Amino acid sequence: MDNTLTLLGLLGTRPSHGYDLKHSYDRYFGAQKPLAFGQVYATLARLIKNGLILTLGEESGAGPDRKRYEVTEAGRSRLVEWMFTPDIPAATLQSNLFAKTVIALLLGDDAERLLDVQRAEHMSRMRELTAAKRGATLMNVLMCDHALFHIEADLRWIDLTAARLNELREQVRAA
Amino acid sequence: MSTAIATTTVPTPHTAVLLSARGLRVTFGHTEALRGVDLDINTGEVIAVMGPSGSGKSTLLHALAGVIVPDAGTVSYGSTPAETVEICALDETARARLRLTDFGFVFQFGQLLPDLSAIDNVSIPLLLGGMRRKDALRQARTWLGRLGLAEQANQRPTELSGGQAQRVAIARALVTGPRVLFADEPTGSLDSLAAENVMVLLTDVARETGTTVLIITHDARTASYADREIIVRDGRVTAGFALSASVAGS
Repeated sequence: MDNTLTLLGLLGTRPSHGYDLKHSYDRYFGAQKPLAFGQVYATLARLIKNGLILTLGEESGAGPDRKRYEVTEAGRSRLVEWMFTPDIPAATLQSNLFAKTVIALLLGDDAERLLDVQRAEHMSRMRELTAAKRGATLMNVLMCDHALFHIEADLRWIDLTAARLNELREQVRAA
Repeated sequence: MSTAIATTTVPTPHTAVLLSARGLRVTFGHTEALRGVDLDINTGEVIAVMGPSGSGKSTLLHALAGVIVPDAGTVSYGSTPAETVEICALDETARARLRLTDFGFVFQFGQLLPDLSAIDNVSIPLLLGGMRRKDALRQARTWLGRLGLAEQANQRPTELSGGQAQRVAIARALVTGPRVLFADEPTGSLDSLAAENVMVLLTDVARETGTTVLIITHDARTASYADREIIVRDGRVTAGFALSASVAGS
């Protein structure tokens, strides 16, 4: 998740103080890892330097800081560009797991056990996320669902690979 | 091909073994569906049974529930020595009685009688057990309410959504107060949200009542509602391994 652009997006809803911005972030996205104040102000300084936001002067807000910040036209353009540029689907875990599987086959080691260990770890994490959904807000439920569906996709790859392990073993050894 | 099986090992509060299989073997013609299964299921556990199609999951469930008698092996049922029975040693009538009184069943679809209302469907097991109709309907209504279906009591299965129909089936399976609920792909025909609602209700009710649950599923999200999962491959279930020990030892 890009914290800089997420903060820029939150600021795009209305001009805010850094203190309020941090709490908005935590409410929507910080259930597991709240943002540090230092990170918020460092990000705001960087956004100002890049011309994506500006200060509106000093006013009293809910927190100790006095400055209010507002998104510039350049900032709004950057937000639109960010929102409508698709992310590159990440496949890091599968790539790593694929490498482990091939290496295990090359070494004559137990690749099926390797996949079982990973499956168990994935299922354990899925149970944690499913438990975390109980009584959670809809936003947190959907955040957990996002993670659950991604883990499930990995599991499907694990199951498919486990089912084709003999075939893969022959190809790896023949290569 | 290796026939290993993985089970995750999470600590659970369940201690007393309720169902125990040893050396289960089932053969259909020339096909070995189960090849020596050992398995312990504790009282109150919710277990997901996973594995590839044709691996023996349903056969295992049927053998544990006494629907079929294995060619070899035993299935012990009971949490104390005094009450434990060997299911495989019972005759068909005794096994049918045990299934009616102690076990509940939920399947993927096609299990409700289409000409009966939801409440009549739920009351059937009670009527079969000899309960008066008035009492059976009262209990059925209570269970429908528990599963969020009070307003659908008089609707027929064709008037219910897939998720509602599955909840009726769960109510029917639980209305007799079974100690074990066997569910074969209970969310297999449902969309994600309906499946989630079914699993939340099923596991909530099971944990409230201390019912042991075995759920066959291909769906990892459905399995994530269970306390642990077992994976059947090529008709075998082997002992699970501790993740940390496995990693440390490799």
